[in-house]
Amino acid sequence: MTIPATNTDIRTLLLAMADEINQALEGKKPLLIGIHTGGVWVAKQLAEILGADFFDAPLGTLNIAYYRDDFTRIGMHPQVTPSDLPFAVDDRHLLLVDDVLYSGRTIRAALNEIFDYGRPASVTLAVLIERNGRELPIQADIIGQSLTMTENEHIKLNNNNGLTLTLSTEKAGESDVA
Amino acid sequence: MSHNQLTESGRLHHFLSIEGLKRPLLTEIMDRAEQFSSISHQQVKKVPLLRGKTIVNLFFENSTRTRTTFELAAKRLSADVISLNINTSSASKGESLRDTLHNLEAMHSDMFVVRHHQSGAAEFIAQHVAPHVSVINAGDGCHAHPTQAMLDMFTIRRHKQHFPDLRVAIIGDILHSRVARSQIQALATLGVGEIRVIAPKTLLPTDCKTLGVHVYHDMNAGLKDVDVVITLRLQNERMQGALLPSSKEYYQCYGLTERKLSLAKPDAIVMHPGPINRGVEIASAVADGPQSVILEQVTHGIAVRMAIMSMTLGSQAELYEVTA
Repeated sequence: MTIPATNTDIRTLLLAMADEINQALEGKKPLLIGIHTGGVWVAKQLAEILGADFFDAPLGTLNIAYYRDDFTRIGMHPQVTPSDLPFAVDDRHLLLVDDVLYSGRTIRAALNEIFDYGRPASVTLAVLIERNGRELPIQADIIGQSLTMTENEHIKLNNNNGLTLTLSTEKAGESDVA
Repeated sequence: MSHNQLTESGRLHHFLSIEGLKRPLLTEIMDRAEQFSSISHQQVKKVPLLRGKTIVNLFFENSTRTRTTFELAAKRLSADVISLNINTSSASKGESLRDTLHNLEAMHSDMFVVRHHQSGAAEFIAQHVAPHVSVINAGDGCHAHPTQAMLDMFTIRRHKQHFPDLRVAIIGDILHSRVARSQIQALATLGVGEIRVIAPKTLLPTDCKTLGVHVYHDMNAGLKDVDVVITLRLQNERMQGALLPSSKEYYQCYGLTERKLSLAKPDAIVMHPGPINRGVEIASAVADGPQSVILEQVTHGIAVRMAIMSMTLGSQAELYEVTA
């Protein structure tokens, strides 16, 4: 399978996403929230493309480590950068950004955390990559690209002087926590 | 003692004593506390990490700060928490400690936070609870008070960062102080350059030298050029016999006054585990002064206890891996 692997490929996806975001949220003074870590990278790029005035406040970042549903099974996560929402979410239109939408569990946790900060008017979900394998009734509103992958395949966003995507295939016996 | 507070893979299962814990683990506790401290600034001061867990505070001895901050820490992690003041419970009707525990366990508790006047009580309880239950020592007799020591280390790190460069003086009733014992172990593990204790001979344990500390009997010499000054409460309730002539005379010799504090480095911080006896071990002007971080210690107690609670309960995951 070919994926949009290079920085140029990703830039093309981001430009198209920015167009859609513009159509969906223009004039609503939306607030931007990226999910650690990949979602923050994507959100930063979108903010740069859409310009300084599009969003009403600096980028908020969400770390859902304390809201995960697997604490009892895998315990604490090694590194947790605290969430930082430098604005009040009450009655505001939020754009929530993540890199890959897979099981839907991360977004479930992120929504729970956002509602601990207040009651937004709406939440729009934008993801760079949407893949099959949902375990919850959650879908994205704005999608860079949809991919059909097998259960053993994993896609990962990297940030080394620009965003790139890598596809890996898990060997039998190994397991990865989504 | 306390050989059994870690899981096979070295994660924290109980938290009974600083003794035997390695530097990376103490650093991890402080790092996690740093991460948790931001939750106190949120509008909803709560995360669902320990939702559905039941934590029982077993306090066989009085406490204000420790019990309240343990309760707040548990609640901020969304655990259900019950605080039992044993004086008012069945223990006063003659129920033994083990029976009380087994009853509480039968209610499916996941963690006991224990304070007891006898040294080794938390360890005893840890040996007798079911394998999935974690025990945290909130102070046992004259033995240990490890969560207090960790919040003190956290407070020091907030102000001073690099432990090996520091000179730390602990003043007062070292003999009866579980806080001092745990602090000395933590400071040594974190590689603090010089640990001093300043106290009259009657308030020093006989094995003081083996703790790796420099002993001073004179405040003027002991406070010279230190970065951190820790004062301890004079524990009248634990003293048997005449160890001191009077609290007035103690204040004259060992009370921390502005004049004596001026011998320390100008940016030295002053700490006290509380409750403070003003005019006995510390002057009001110092306790309320610009160098005092005593109330900060209380605040930090919440984040540090959140870190320790989530780490110990997080280690239960290993048990599930085995049985799953």
